[in-house]
Amino acid sequence: MIPSLPNTWWSGALTRVYLLCFLTFLFLPLLTVALFAFNDAPYPAPPWHGFTLDWFFGSADHRRTGLFSDSELLGSLGTSVVVALWVTSLSVLIGLCNAFLMERFEFRAKGLLAVLMLVPLVIPGVILGISILAFASRLAEFFNDYMGIEFEFLRPGLPLVVLGQFSYIAAIATLTISARLRRFDRTLEEAALNLGASRLATLQTIILPYLKPALVGSAAVSFLMSFENFNTTLMLVGANSPLTIMMYGRMREGATPVLNAVSLFLMLASAVLALTLMRKGDRRNESN
Amino acid sequence: MNDGVQSARWVTRLSLFLLLAPAVLWLSALILIPHLDLAVLSLRERIGPRQYSVSVAQYKTFFAEPLYWHIFVRTAIMSIVATGLTLLLAFPVAWIIAKVLSGRASSLLFVICLIPFWISETVRTLGWMILLRESGVLPHVLVLLGLTQQPIEMLYHDATILVGLVYTSLLFMVVPLVGSFESLDNSLIEAASDLGASSRAILTKIIIPHAAPGMTAGCIVVFMLTLGNYLTPTLLGGKNSQWFTEQIYTQFITRFNWEQGAALGFLLLALSTLLVWAGLKLSGQRFSDVMRRA
Amino acid sequence: MSLAAPLSSVHDLELRSLVKRFGAHTAVNQLSVAVSRGQFFSILGPSGCGKTTLLRMIAGFIAADSGDIEIGGLNMRDVAPNRRPVNMVFQQLALFPMMSVADNVAFGLARRGMARAERQHRAEAMLERVGLGGSGQKRVDEMSGGQRQRVAIARSLVLEPTLLLLDEPLGALDLKLREHMKVELKQLQAAFGTTFVYITHDQSEALVLSDQVAVMNQGRFEQVGTPQELYYSPKTPFVAGFVGNNNAVHGQVVAVDAHIVTVKSAFGWTVRGKSNAPVTVGREATVFIRPEAVVLARHAADLPTAWPAHQAVVESLLFDGANSAVLVKESSGQSLRLALPQTGAFADLRPGEALFFAFDPTQAVCFTTAHE
Repeated sequence: MIPSLPNTWWSGALTRVYLLCFLTFLFLPLLTVALFAFNDAPYPAPPWHGFTLDWFFGSADHRRTGLFSDSELLGSLGTSVVVALWVTSLSVLIGLCNAFLMERFEFRAKGLLAVLMLVPLVIPGVILGISILAFASRLAEFFNDYMGIEFEFLRPGLPLVVLGQFSYIAAIATLTISARLRRFDRTLEEAALNLGASRLATLQTIILPYLKPALVGSAAVSFLMSFENFNTTLMLVGANSPLTIMMYGRMREGATPVLNAVSLFLMLASAVLALTLMRKGDRRNESN
Repeated sequence: MNDGVQSARWVTRLSLFLLLAPAVLWLSALILIPHLDLAVLSLRERIGPRQYSVSVAQYKTFFAEPLYWHIFVRTAIMSIVATGLTLLLAFPVAWIIAKVLSGRASSLLFVICLIPFWISETVRTLGWMILLRESGVLPHVLVLLGLTQQPIEMLYHDATILVGLVYTSLLFMVVPLVGSFESLDNSLIEAASDLGASSRAILTKIIIPHAAPGMTAGCIVVFMLTLGNYLTPTLLGGKNSQWFTEQIYTQFITRFNWEQGAALGFLLLALSTLLVWAGLKLSGQRFSDVMRRA
Repeated sequence: MSLAAPLSSVHDLELRSLVKRFGAHTAVNQLSVAVSRGQFFSILGPSGCGKTTLLRMIAGFIAADSGDIEIGGLNMRDVAPNRRPVNMVFQQLALFPMMSVADNVAFGLARRGMARAERQHRAEAMLERVGLGGSGQKRVDEMSGGQRQRVAIARSLVLEPTLLLLDEPLGALDLKLREHMKVELKQLQAAFGTTFVYITHDQSEALVLSDQVAVMNQGRFEQVGTPQELYYSPKTPFVAGFVGNNNAVHGQVVAVDAHIVTVKSAFGWTVRGKSNAPVTVGREATVFIRPEAVVLARHAADLPTAWPAHQAVVESLLFDGANSAVLVKESSGQSLRLALPQTGAFADLRPGEALFFAFDPTQAVCFTTAHE
């Protein structure tokens, strides 16, 4: 059960077998995706036809479009990055504001606001999507009918995708940043004031550096959440599809291994991001 | 002194207002008002071109149409089953991470468990499709091993959908569980053992009561995500998936019947709220505490 | 008392009728005091007596309800905490964990807009002075408890404040380090000559370190004086009870002879003490007997003849090296704690043994209960 209690001989073996099965379950799909990015066949399916890089660089002989020449796919990747950058900046900014609001101020209806801030997390993404879609479209129609103005950003498209994703990712950023601000030792702030710092200087030199891990962490999570979002985006997307929507469309049609190639690319990008964050986290842990 | 106090109070009020504005804007413009609007939308009926009347016709249709009913109940049951399976699968792993292993081995396993979730659900689902479809890897392997004569179609079954849903949700169960287990003092287990408790008694009397908030948090989040999932059921279940979010999508995007879609959306919201509430009641937890853990 | 100090002396801190209430609770009640330049001034009191509130009012974190605070002759009313010529060493030190030691020390200088090179130079020089030369680039968490203490002090002193406030800075340290840091604090204060205002609940810290001590209780100063004055002539029962491990014997006055009062305790033990105020027979009174002012002997004949002798039975021994004590029951049944001289004469003392003791009645202060 725990190492300090006597364990039967088979409990250790059972643990190993279980872990092996669990890790297989966890990694088998990912390894399969990665492997078939290099299969020299028009579909990502066995048997193995030999190694090729066609699905990355394309091949005129086989009339194959590789990842780096698939302008549609690359375009959607770019769209995803742009959307994610917007969502990340907005979410971290409002998360920071909300953290100060909830941890440093007392006002009426604060309890209500605190609960409301959690609500976006328990609304299914599809419903967030349709409610924003319906509301924005009806607003657009209203402006069109009564004022004769057409607001393009209220129609399905990237601005709505950004708002839709932001509506719940902001809640996650708020939770992360508030949690860290709550643990902040207020005497550090008093010490800074006592040493002659102004409120602004205290914020800059003491509080923000303290919050930095939470800011970086919530930025990474926001970026990832936005990049991976499917449900909300599906309802709000216009002509420019982000990557997940593009991949979904192609998967339904039965795509070439170019999807495996882009997936492998995403895995590597995620791994780099994860490792960078973890190394930073490690350094911080060692110092504590 | 009064001047100083008053100006300080004024500054405080101003900063409160400045910080309150974005929060209120976010919650009202993107959450509250759109949902109220959706409610209004679901409660009207088109009686002529650009003419609407207040009615509960959309909800009546839902109750009158067995297809909707069937899919609604099916989605709820499948989500509950998927949540239970996720808990069963995540529990031992979380325990191993928190209590059996220690130091580097423990954090390494934790990181390994998190890695798949840094990668898009689309990619993971693509993996399952390549593994399970008739021309895929597992049917191929089964033929090679001589277990089946012909490649069998492993996609488009309920079991496949469940596998996909559990896979997608694991992280959201493992993380709160590890947190709960780590906060459990080993000496409590040692004391229970010392007082003669069996492993089973330790599990039911010590571990589960202690981890209840984390377990509830994990279950609620997993249930919510499963119920609202669209990608995994449609891709792994194909035409057989019969997932409720698909119905909403169809009404909204394909048929452009927003009134009906809004009503279905509200029913899904009601279902998820009801089951989350029931889960909280059953485990005796508070919503805000649970969400903080998740 | 410093209030009685000559008018020519310069006061770095002066409090006048300071009041702070929290709801119905009066945390600081009509406090007035003046602290001369260069003094080590301690405020000694039990937790909840209002000393932390007072310190935070001086630092500017809490506004007074009424009364005045003057620092270096300047009224601090409406002066924000970051503009006061006061620096503080916090109880948990509050060193900035995200900065190096040198950056911590240079923090206040940077806020004053001093150029980088100059403040680095000053920070390094200050670290040198507190014995931490060359540690500037270390992280705060690489320093030991005592070193952090010195960083916290250096961080404040580098700003050359009129007043340094110290909020029980030794409370978080273990016993041995605390004893060491006491000496170091005293030396630092002497070396810098800055006025220190030190709050503590530990009487030994207050007595060892201070030039002046104010004993605080329920928002008021019970007595302000040198450590010796507080120890030898406490002015109130609270001071007598709080400073030193006094034995308090409650009873009724049965006789008065000039300043010497005879009190009969509830157990029927008659004991003599000295009262500084007029006392009448029949009043309720308490006599405070210091454990270390008592002479012990195995035989009554070995006691000083000028003092009344008492007989007791040893209840238990509290061996603690130089601080050893013996708990005895006087023949009337009164329990007392007496200091055990470490001359070896009592090394074989056992519970149950009979013992004789005596003390100088002029060293035992007596207060009538109405005094409170």
